[in-house]
Amino acid sequence: MRLELQGISKRFGDLVANDRISLTAEEGEIHALLGENGAGKTTLMNVLDGLYRPDEGVIQIDGAPVHFANPGEAIKAGIGMVHQNFMLIPVFTVSENVMLGFERTRRFGFLDRGRARQEIGELSRRFGLEVDPDAMVGDLSVGQQQRVEIVKALSREAHLLILDEPTAVLTPQETDELFTVMRSLRASGRTILFITHKLKEVLAIADRITVIRQGKVIGTTRPSETTAQDLASMMVGRGVDLQVKKTAARPQEPILEVHNLTVLDETGRVAVDGLNLEVRAGEIMAVAGVQGNGQTELSEGITGLALVIAGSVRIAGRDLTGASPKTILRAGVANIPEDRQRDGLVGDFQIAENIILDVHDEMPYSLHGALRWPSIFEVSQGRLSDFDIRAPSVHVAVKTLSGGNQQKVIVARELPRHIRLILAAQPTRGLDIGSIEYVHSRLVAARDAGAAVLLISSELDEVMALADRIVVIYRGRLTGPFDAASLGREQIGLLMAGSAADATRPGETA
Amino acid sequence: MSGNVTPAPEKAPRRPFLRRALDAIVSGNAFTVTFLAFVSALILGAIIIILATPSAIRAWQDFGYAPGEALRQSWRAVANAYGSLFLGSIGSPRAIIDAIRSGDGASVVAAFIPLSETLVSTTPLMMAGLGIALAFRAGLFDIGGQGQLVLGAIGATIAGFSFPSLPAVIHVPLAILSGAAFGAAWGFIPGVLKARTGAHEVITSMMLNYVGMNLLTWLLTTGLVQAPPRNQAISKVVVAAARLPSITGSSLRANLGIVLAVLLVLGVGWLLNRSTLGFRFRMLGANRDAARVAGVQIERHFTIAMTLAGMLVGLGGAFMVLGVDFRLSPLYSGSIGFDGITVAILGRGTPLGVGLSALLFGAFTAGGRTMQVNTSIPLQLVQVLQAVLVLFVAAPGVIRTIYRIRLTKAGGRVFGGWAG
Repeated sequence: MRLELQGISKRFGDLVANDRISLTAEEGEIHALLGENGAGKTTLMNVLDGLYRPDEGVIQIDGAPVHFANPGEAIKAGIGMVHQNFMLIPVFTVSENVMLGFERTRRFGFLDRGRARQEIGELSRRFGLEVDPDAMVGDLSVGQQQRVEIVKALSREAHLLILDEPTAVLTPQETDELFTVMRSLRASGRTILFITHKLKEVLAIADRITVIRQGKVIGTTRPSETTAQDLASMMVGRGVDLQVKKTAARPQEPILEVHNLTVLDETGRVAVDGLNLEVRAGEIMAVAGVQGNGQTELSEGITGLALVIAGSVRIAGRDLTGASPKTILRAGVANIPEDRQRDGLVGDFQIAENIILDVHDEMPYSLHGALRWPSIFEVSQGRLSDFDIRAPSVHVAVKTLSGGNQQKVIVARELPRHIRLILAAQPTRGLDIGSIEYVHSRLVAARDAGAAVLLISSELDEVMALADRIVVIYRGRLTGPFDAASLGREQIGLLMAGSAADATRPGETA
Repeated sequence: MSGNVTPAPEKAPRRPFLRRALDAIVSGNAFTVTFLAFVSALILGAIIIILATPSAIRAWQDFGYAPGEALRQSWRAVANAYGSLFLGSIGSPRAIIDAIRSGDGASVVAAFIPLSETLVSTTPLMMAGLGIALAFRAGLFDIGGQGQLVLGAIGATIAGFSFPSLPAVIHVPLAILSGAAFGAAWGFIPGVLKARTGAHEVITSMMLNYVGMNLLTWLLTTGLVQAPPRNQAISKVVVAAARLPSITGSSLRANLGIVLAVLLVLGVGWLLNRSTLGFRFRMLGANRDAARVAGVQIERHFTIAMTLAGMLVGLGGAFMVLGVDFRLSPLYSGSIGFDGITVAILGRGTPLGVGLSALLFGAFTAGGRTMQVNTSIPLQLVQVLQAVLVLFVAAPGVIRTIYRIRLTKAGGRVFGGWAG
């Protein structure tokens, strides 16, 4: 199926999300749509999927113009969408999920499960999408759930598959498997629109690459004709240094000493399982791992937000096991939480109020229980320029800022304090390249100033770029530490998938 | 497409007035919305008045023969009802001016009775709204206003009749503090239950309403509280030294209560905007998770916020009994504890807004009584007006649906965090 977009524009009020976008995906082609967050990729996709109507422009399929009023029409036209957040029902089986909305029935309205199961089997075999039709979706790994989504799209006879940031939640090995599937789909003549912001993946899999920036097509190229550096420049609109500049670490005394730490998750399962970790002043220790292997609970255990069941946490020589979050913050811990909008910021508050969120009861921001707004505004104003926060004033609500600027507000709040330990969880998730560079350089600078940095990240590139030492977390347990220089991507990938770690845990039959 | 929205300076294209007015409602400009909601409520009220006036209805049945008469009768009914509402809440401007010119003390007092009655009705509404708004701002939904108000009244009454020989300078503050303490206790219970056990404050505070109101009914049968000779369900009378003094020095019922209420509005305004405690309350209300990560002990602050809320609402009950009624009777709180919720919503949770909303509702209440006497329109019309007003303010979606306005990005939210 050949897809052609001609001059697609979509506006939201004054904001032009898509500005006369034209691109052509040929039959049997993997076409990558590359752009930063906010470049307009998602809008374009929603136009293709029938969720939005374009203000201008024409969509042509195999040369004939089409109009979609809703996603159902897009599906009928052969467009299959695999969203970033899966649209699956966890308590249904794989075959039930695939059937959902397109149930085949036998006489008297009984569901024809046998037929669905058979179809799934055929599709899986044909494209290497191994998945058990009778498994409960909630029990599957993220990678397997993604396969279910693809099978679902294929079972509806999709000839154009749109994959929205499909690798964000995958291990490197799972990514490789996905690429194999994508190649076999291409071989069968299907067209794939691969939406991503990851340069390496684009170069590895795409036939052609279209880069968009600020809603406009910047150019279309082929992997053989470009480099990661060039693509990054096209995405950002200026020269970009992909390498983090840093000198060798000069580690000092241990700042964070975690011993035998055990933390439960919200459902009461052991999420951090007797974990040992030491981070020294002047080094960046990275905790690599696929999301959901205990990273959240590890950082909450250290910051006092989660109940520590067993073990101890020492920070700068003080035993702070089970201490209150406030005591731990006061001991010199900077916390850059994983979910910045939920845990790091109050969206409706002004920038200035967010700057003092965890220090509002200290001088010079308050005295005897009364806030001193003039000092608060003065300090915040300074932070705006020191940390390159792009905002009209310190009085605007933080929720109106872009993700990158929101993260800078957090960094501007946490780093200027007297810091011994920085806990940075997924600090660049969803940020634009400029902001990523910025956050990285700040973390390295803090390290060089003598802070201990614990970086929790599921982005392998980030781990490789920043870490002095690396541990890998899998099901609440750590492997390592390894010297960053001595460990290759492949090895980390294997460890992230649990190959070397002890895969069984107490209370669980593996 | 995610959130690269920087607020651009507003370019104002010329649009028809109505269009702009409706846009203002949707985009949540507090003052405009409230004003337009007020106008809409009055229009709806006018329709109800016409429907409730037999002469107007009859005139409409003869619309075919005498259309002018139908309109005339309708206009007369509406003007009459709203005129009474105005006369009962503010009074006749001419009468006020004439009375002041004449210099006759008795007629001045008489001319100011409506305003005085408005202030009397405003006082407990303001306190109830203030307490509930404070809880809102901390992300808590206190619907225990009824119970807290009753407890405050009980505390003030008991202190008010128990010490027959104290001088007023001691007795008045003592009775007020006693009411505050009783109300605070009724807020503390749901607060501490939420903090310790996670029990939802909506459930616990609502249940405590029943406990509080029945506690009053029971107390009115005990020797401690019931007035001798104990054949009526009323309490002993607050002694003169514990009563709130009049602010006019005349027979008008307006008393120190309204002054204290206004001071407390200013105090809560300071608390929310200028104090670290208020900053933490607002943090809790706007994003509980971020507050926790920032080191706020959220359980403790739940308890403090609910206790303060209960105290403020309880003071409303104390001001009522010490300033106007001087004794308790069954079902003493009426529906003021619930009306406090509507006052808090209409006031958008801000102390200033609460003060103005309470004044409006106080005027409605005082004027509604006059209207009921002068016309065939029952007092309940006032409650309909209040309800419609709040509906329009708190749920802009209603207006949007009625007028089929497209959803704009800045759709206002009055409060966050009612659930959880």
